[in-house]
Amino acid sequence: MSVLDSKVPKGPLKDKWIDYKNHIDLVNPANKRNIDVIVVGTGLAGGSAAATLAELGYNVKTFCYQDSPRRAHSIAAQGGINAAKNYQGDGDSTYRLFYDTVKGGDYRSREANVYRLAEVSANIIDQCVAQGVPFARDYGGLLDNRSFGGVLVSRTFYAKGQTGQQLLLGAYSAMNRQIARGKITPFNRHEMLDVVKVNGKARGIIARNLVTGEIERHSAHAVVIASGGYGNVYFLSTNAMGSNATAAWKIHKKGAFFANPCYTQIHPTCIPRSGDYQSKLTLMSESLRNDGRIWVPKNMDDVMAIREGKKKPTDLSEDERDYYLERRYPAFGNLVPRDVASRAAKERCDAGYGVNATGEAVYLDFASAIERYGKEQAKIHNIKNASAAKIYELGAAIVKAKYGNLFQMYEKIVDQDPYKTPMMIYPAVHYTMGGVWVDYNLMTTVDGLYCIGEANFSDHGANRLGASALMQGLADGYFVLPYTIGDYLSHEIRTGKIPTDSPEFDAAEKEVTDKINFFVNNKGSHSVDYYHKKLGNIMWEKCGMSRNATGLKEAMVEIKALREDFYKNVSVPGKADEFNNELEKAGRVADFLELGELFAKDALAREESCGGHFREESVELDGEQKGEAKRNDKEFAFVSAWEYKGEPGEAVLHKEELEFNEIELKQRSYK
Amino acid sequence: MNLTLKIWRQKDAQSKGKMVDYKVTEISEHMSFLEMMDVLNEQLINSGEEPVAFDHDCREGICGMCSMYINGEAHGPDRGVTTCQLHMRMFKDGDTITIEPFRAKAFPVLKDLVVDRGAFDRIQHAGGYISVNTSGNTQDANSLPISKHAADEAMDAATCIGCGACVASCKNSSAMLFVGAKVSQYALLPQGQVEATDRVRNMVAQMDLEGFGNCTNTGACEVECPKGISLENIARMNRELLKSNF
Amino acid sequence: MSGFFKSSIGRKYAMALSAFFLMFFLLQHFAINILSVFSPDAFNEASHFMGTFWAVQYLLQPILIFGVIYHFVMGFYLEIKNKNARVVKYAKNNGAANSSWMSRNMIYSGLAILAFLVLHFIDFWLPELNTKYIQGNMSGLLADGESFRYYEELVHKFVNPIRVIAYVIAFVFLSLHLMHGFSSAFQSAGVTSMRKEKLQIFGKAYAIIIPLGFIFIAIYHHFNH
Repeated sequence: MSVLDSKVPKGPLKDKWIDYKNHIDLVNPANKRNIDVIVVGTGLAGGSAAATLAELGYNVKTFCYQDSPRRAHSIAAQGGINAAKNYQGDGDSTYRLFYDTVKGGDYRSREANVYRLAEVSANIIDQCVAQGVPFARDYGGLLDNRSFGGVLVSRTFYAKGQTGQQLLLGAYSAMNRQIARGKITPFNRHEMLDVVKVNGKARGIIARNLVTGEIERHSAHAVVIASGGYGNVYFLSTNAMGSNATAAWKIHKKGAFFANPCYTQIHPTCIPRSGDYQSKLTLMSESLRNDGRIWVPKNMDDVMAIREGKKKPTDLSEDERDYYLERRYPAFGNLVPRDVASRAAKERCDAGYGVNATGEAVYLDFASAIERYGKEQAKIHNIKNASAAKIYELGAAIVKAKYGNLFQMYEKIVDQDPYKTPMMIYPAVHYTMGGVWVDYNLMTTVDGLYCIGEANFSDHGANRLGASALMQGLADGYFVLPYTIGDYLSHEIRTGKIPTDSPEFDAAEKEVTDKINFFVNNKGSHSVDYYHKKLGNIMWEKCGMSRNATGLKEAMVEIKALREDFYKNVSVPGKADEFNNELEKAGRVADFLELGELFAKDALAREESCGGHFREESVELDGEQKGEAKRNDKEFAFVSAWEYKGEPGEAVLHKEELEFNEIELKQRSYK
Repeated sequence: MNLTLKIWRQKDAQSKGKMVDYKVTEISEHMSFLEMMDVLNEQLINSGEEPVAFDHDCREGICGMCSMYINGEAHGPDRGVTTCQLHMRMFKDGDTITIEPFRAKAFPVLKDLVVDRGAFDRIQHAGGYISVNTSGNTQDANSLPISKHAADEAMDAATCIGCGACVASCKNSSAMLFVGAKVSQYALLPQGQVEATDRVRNMVAQMDLEGFGNCTNTGACEVECPKGISLENIARMNRELLKSNF
Repeated sequence: MSGFFKSSIGRKYAMALSAFFLMFFLLQHFAINILSVFSPDAFNEASHFMGTFWAVQYLLQPILIFGVIYHFVMGFYLEIKNKNARVVKYAKNNGAANSSWMSRNMIYSGLAILAFLVLHFIDFWLPELNTKYIQGNMSGLLADGESFRYYEELVHKFVNPIRVIAYVIAFVFLSLHLMHGFSSAFQSAGVTSMRKEKLQIFGKAYAIIIPLGFIFIAIYHHFNH
C-alpha cells in the first residue's frame, strides 16, 4: 500500500464532487473570522483563492514578489480559457471536456480531478462575466468561442489575445474588493523563503521583504502555495523572468512530495532564439494555428537558399513546401496537441530543414488564411471579380482583427511583417504539468499545506491542452479550494492565533538567514545568471523535447557538479538588508539547481513516452503510428511522487497508481 | 554597437541619487533594451560593482512591471511598446542614452530605476471592482447580452497594464489616463452600472489623495501609453464623475 | 456636490466652464470691434449699447470679471500644484515627442495674456469706468456733444506703433493659448471623440481667425487714422 492517499470520494464519477460538497464539514461565519490563511502567489489560482477565501470570511494574507498582485505571469496567457458551455451547439459537454483533457494528457491524470475541473469550468465563465471581464462577443451580444489544439469543438472563450490578462485583472478586482474590506492584507514585493511546520502541520511562512531585505514571520492556520510552474529551470522559457520554483521546492524539502517533474510542455509556437544574449522567449498564442499553416521547404537546396538570403519563403510554390503537420496528421492537421506539434518541428529541424540561421525555426504562414477570409469578405460585401490586392486587403483586415496584437508583437521583436512574409516559430518551454503532489482536496503530503494552479501536478497529466491552464487556475482558486480547505479548517476553530515566537519559527528563520548570509558573503567569481544559463543548457540539451537514458544520467551528474560549483563560486553583490535583485536570483537558481536534478531522475525513471515526456527508447516501431511516441500503460500508469531525502538525487519514489474507470486507455492518434 | 549610458543611481528611498555614466560595447541591434541592461549588469557584477536595479518580469509587454524613462520618454522612443519590447535597433552606434526612473511624487524611487507604484493599487482598492461573490451559481454568462461594440470598447480600456507611463510622461504627473481606463471599463458594461456612482467618486478621491497632478489635456499619456489607451477614457471619466454628482 | 469642485476633475470642469465663457466673450468682443472697420456708426451704436445696457453692465460684466479672475487664479494654482506633483525633475525630457508646445506652455501664453489684459484695462477699461461712473457721464458722447466718442477713442489708441506691436504680440499668444485651450475645454467637459474631431478643426480655426482679426483691426486703424 502506497503512503499516498488521493482521497478521491467514492461513488460514480459524475456525483463525486457534488456528494463531497454535501458532506464536508463547514466553519461557521463567526469562527472564520478567527482563522488565518496565507496564500503565496497571486496569479489566477492564488488571486482567485485569496479573494474567495476572504469573501467567505477568513483572514487572508497574500504574498507576491511583484510590485502588485496584478502582475503575476498568468497575465501573459494569450489564447483563451476552456469551458464546457456548449454555446456553439457543437456537441460539447462536461464529459467531452473531461475526456479531451484526459486524452490530451496522455492518460496520466487522475480521473476524478479532471472530471471536477470540467464540471466547474462553466461556472468560471459565469463568474468572470459577472466580474466584468470583457470577453469577446458576437454581433448578437453573446459570448464568442474559438477552437484550440487537440479538440474537435469550439469551447475556448477569449478576450482578444489577452485572455490571461483580463482574467487576472478580474481576480485582482475581486481581491481589491476584499483588500478594501480589510479581509486581505497584500504583501507585495515579498518572497516566501520557507514554510514553517508545527507538530507536522503547516503553520506559517518565512518571507523576505524585497525592498528592505527584512526577514518576516507570518503565521496562519493553513498555507496555500500558488506560485506557478518551474519552466525557468531551462533558463530560456516563456515564463516571466521572476517566475521561480522556490516556494514549491521549499515545501518539497519540508515534506511535500513532488510529482512528475519531467512533464514539461514545450509550446510549438514561440519566436525563435536570436542570439546568446537572449533572456527569455516569447510565445505566440496557439490560436494562431487555427489559421496559420506550418511548413518547411521540401528541398534542402531551398532551405540553404533561404538561410543565405538568396530566396524568400514567398518565392516557394505550394509544391516546394512541406506542410508536415498536414502531411503526418491529416485528421487534426495544424491543430494537433502541443507536444505533437513541437516534436514534429524538432524532427524537421533536426533533419536539417530549419529555416533561420540557427536552423531552429519553421514557418507559420497566414497567406492562405488571408486569401480565404478575403474571398469570404468579398462575397459578403458583394464585390464581384475582386482583384488579388482587394482580396488580400479584406483578408488581412480579418486576420488583423483576430490576431492584431500578436502580429504587432512579432513585428516589434523580429522586425518582419507577418502579413507579408510567414512568421518563423520554434518550440519553447512553456508550462510544467508536474508539480507538488496533492490529493483530491488539493492538500499536499503536509497537513494544512495546499498547492493550487500550475504549482501542483493535478489535472493535466503528461500534457496540457491549450486554454486549460487558465481554467485549472481559476477552478482551483474559485471553486475547489474554498470548499476543501474549509473541511480542514473546520478542525482548527479551537486552535487560536498561531504564535510566531515558537522554536519552529526560530529554526526556519535561522535557516533562511544563514542561506542569505552565505550568498552575500560568498565572494565568488561568477554571476548567478552564469550558472542559470549553464543549467538551462543542460536541461534543454538533455531533458528537452526528446530524452534518452544516457543523456539523463549525464544530466544528473552535470547538474550536481554545477550545483557544487555554484556554492563555491557564485558571486552575489550587495547586502542582505537592501533591495538586492541578485540575491533574489541566487536563492531561486539554487533551488532550480536541485529541482533540475530531480527532473532528470524522474525522466530517467519513466521509461516510456507520454505527453510532453518523450523517451527516444520508447517509440512505435512499425505500423501506421511508426515513429510516434509509445506509451506503456502496463508499467507506467502511475504518478511519480518523489519524497525528499536530503539530496535531490536520493529522492524516494512513491507511486500513485492511476485507475481509469470511465475512459478506456487508447493510443493517442491524431492521424 | 557601442553606447554611453547615463543612468540614475540611487541607493534607496531615503538617499539622494545622481546620474552616472557607463559604457557598453558590442550590443546587438536584435537585443531588447532590457537585454542590453543585462549586459551592463553582468559587466558591473564581474567588475565587483553593484548592478543597476530595474523592474522587469514578463519581458513580453503585458505585465506592466518594467518602467524606465529613456531619452526623455517613458518606455523610450518607440510607440506602442514597453521597455522590454523596445529593441536596440531603435538606437545608433555611438549614441548616448539617458535612463531615469519614472518620476512623480506619487511614485517614490525605491532604488536606482525602481519606483513604488502602490498608489495605482490603492486607487483600484477604492473601487476597481464589481461586488460579486464567488458562489458557483452566478447567472449564466449569456443571460446578459452585451453589444459587441460596448464589449470591444470595454476591452480596449481594460488592456491597460498599469505600468505608469501615463503618469511619467505627463508634465503634471497626472494619473487620469490610468483611472479613466479603469472607470471606463466598468462604465461601458452593464455589470458595472450598479456601483457606478460610488466607484468613480471613490477612485477619483483616492487618485487626488495620492498626490498626482491635474490633467491639462496635453495628450502625452495617450502617445506614450504602450497599449494605446485613448484620451476618450478621461473624457468618459469626467462625464461619469459629473453624472455621479447630479 | 461641494466635494465635486474640490476634486481634480471638478476643477477641470470649472476651468472649462470659465474658458467657454471667456471664448464666448471674445467672440462677441470681436464681432463688435470688426464693425469699426466697416461702419464707425454701427460700432458706436453697439458700443454704446454694451456700455450702458444694465444687464451687460451689472450682470454679464461681473460674471466676466469673476470668470477672468477665476480662470487666472485657478490656472496658476493648478500649475503650482502640478509642478509639485513631480519633486525631482527629469534630467532629460522630450516633451515635443508626445505633446504640442502650446499644450505644455499654457501658463506662459496665459501670463502673456494677463500682461496684455493689464495694458488693455489701463487703455480702455479704466478710462471707461472713470468717464461713466466717476465723472457720471453716461451719454457716450464726445466733448462736442454731437457724436459718439467710442470710434474716435479706438482710432486714437492705435496711433502709437508701440501699442500696436504690443497688441500683435499679445494676440499671437492668445492664438497659441486657444490652439490648445479650445479643444482642451471640450475634452475636459467630457465631449466624446466623434464630435471632438470636428471640434478640433473648428477650434483651430477659431484660435487663428479671432486673434488674427483683432490684429487686423489694430493694424487697419493704425494705418487709416
